[in-house]
Amino acid sequence: MAEATQATFNFELVSPERRLISEPAKMVVIPGEEGDFGVLPGHSALVATIRPGVVEVHSIESGEVRRIFIAGGFADVTPQSCTILAEEAINVLDLNAEALEKALGNLKEDLALSKDDIERARVTKKINLIQAKVAALSGKIAA
Amino acid sequence: MPSLKQYRVRIASVKSTRKITSAMKMVAASKLKKAQEQAEASQPYASAMAGMMARVASGVVIGPNSPKLLIGTGSDQTHLLVVVTSDRGLCGGFNGNLVRRVRQEVRKLQGEGKDVKLLCVGRKGRDVLKREFGSQIVHSFTGLAGRTDLSFAEADEVSQWILEQFDAGSFDVCTLVYNEFVSVLTQKPMFQQLIPFKSSEGNASNDNRHLDQAAEPVNVTGPYSFEPEEDRILGALLPRNLGIQIYRSLLDSGAGEQAARMTAMDNATRNAGDMINKLSIQYNRARQAFITKELIEIISGAEAV
Repeated sequence: MAEATQATFNFELVSPERRLISEPAKMVVIPGEEGDFGVLPGHSALVATIRPGVVEVHSIESGEVRRIFIAGGFADVTPQSCTILAEEAINVLDLNAEALEKALGNLKEDLALSKDDIERARVTKKINLIQAKVAALSGKIAA
Repeated sequence: MPSLKQYRVRIASVKSTRKITSAMKMVAASKLKKAQEQAEASQPYASAMAGMMARVASGVVIGPNSPKLLIGTGSDQTHLLVVVTSDRGLCGGFNGNLVRRVRQEVRKLQGEGKDVKLLCVGRKGRDVLKREFGSQIVHSFTGLAGRTDLSFAEADEVSQWILEQFDAGSFDVCTLVYNEFVSVLTQKPMFQQLIPFKSSEGNASNDNRHLDQAAEPVNVTGPYSFEPEEDRILGALLPRNLGIQIYRSLLDSGAGEQAARMTAMDNATRNAGDMINKLSIQYNRARQAFITKELIEIISGAEAV
């Protein structure tokens, strides 16, 4: 297949508010709901849901790797392109460990104070999101 | 006949009104630009979402276990109309036109024996509809419409509320009513069915479907694989699609509101200008008449001597 011999494919990251990234990439690693998967040029067509986690973008210039935290969404992969629909996206370098710890503490207090199941579920969801961000940050330091 | 002073006061007041309307026009024009940019920026996500919806929906076999958001509750007794209007007035017939269409629709549905509930997004629509259908308004959101810095999370609150109500079984069919931004001069009231989700082919007669235009043609060799299965992806996609439709409609309506305001204020400024001209002519005539009268008095006084 002609696509398979291509060195790059078009990677797009869009949020509801705007298009965040649109560039050629060598490889993208996506945290799918059923496990991480890498996308290379010529990947078979795939639609997948994404869990909160870090997307690694290996761009062509100087083999630089960008790590972007995504709060869940969908991935639409074709042999020529890869589009990620993200609910929230933030560069891992922009995450602040202290602020996250503080937010986590506040949310845990909220959880203790919350009265009904709906509120508890909402707060738990937020806590999971923050914990995923913390994990993303520590993963960066470990790496 | 009014005195000269009355004319002067009147002209001064119309002049200051003109100043205000022309300032409002400028403000609306700059907000319109921002609103249009924002609506444009949300386009890639919306079209990618529409494309994905079409692909996933085509792979799903509709059965009794399909998500209710797709197949509906099996009844169409209770309708929920989501009415998107502006929070602020002074924008011509923008809200009035939409409310009129909503009124017709509610009457029509009631005539068919259906129950109608209203969800108002935007203060103006709520205020007008409250007089007539006060008991049918189940909830309203304000502070969202017409903002130029609206985030998706805020718009998503509306869709969260709708989803909660749908899960609680309080309505069967949900339709979104909003002003579509056609051009700066035209905004068109739109009805778009949100629940149950209408796929593009089932909706061919309905020209307000963004999906048709938005779905990009994809050339894919080989079938799509799904991870997890289609059903679960669809279950996750549908609520998100609802959110993005609401977000889109809010942005569209926001741009339309600014455009309508700009047009209305432009007209008002022009009318004020016309009025100033007319009043100035009247003022000059009155002044001339006054001078002539004084002259006549002086001359006839001199002749009498």
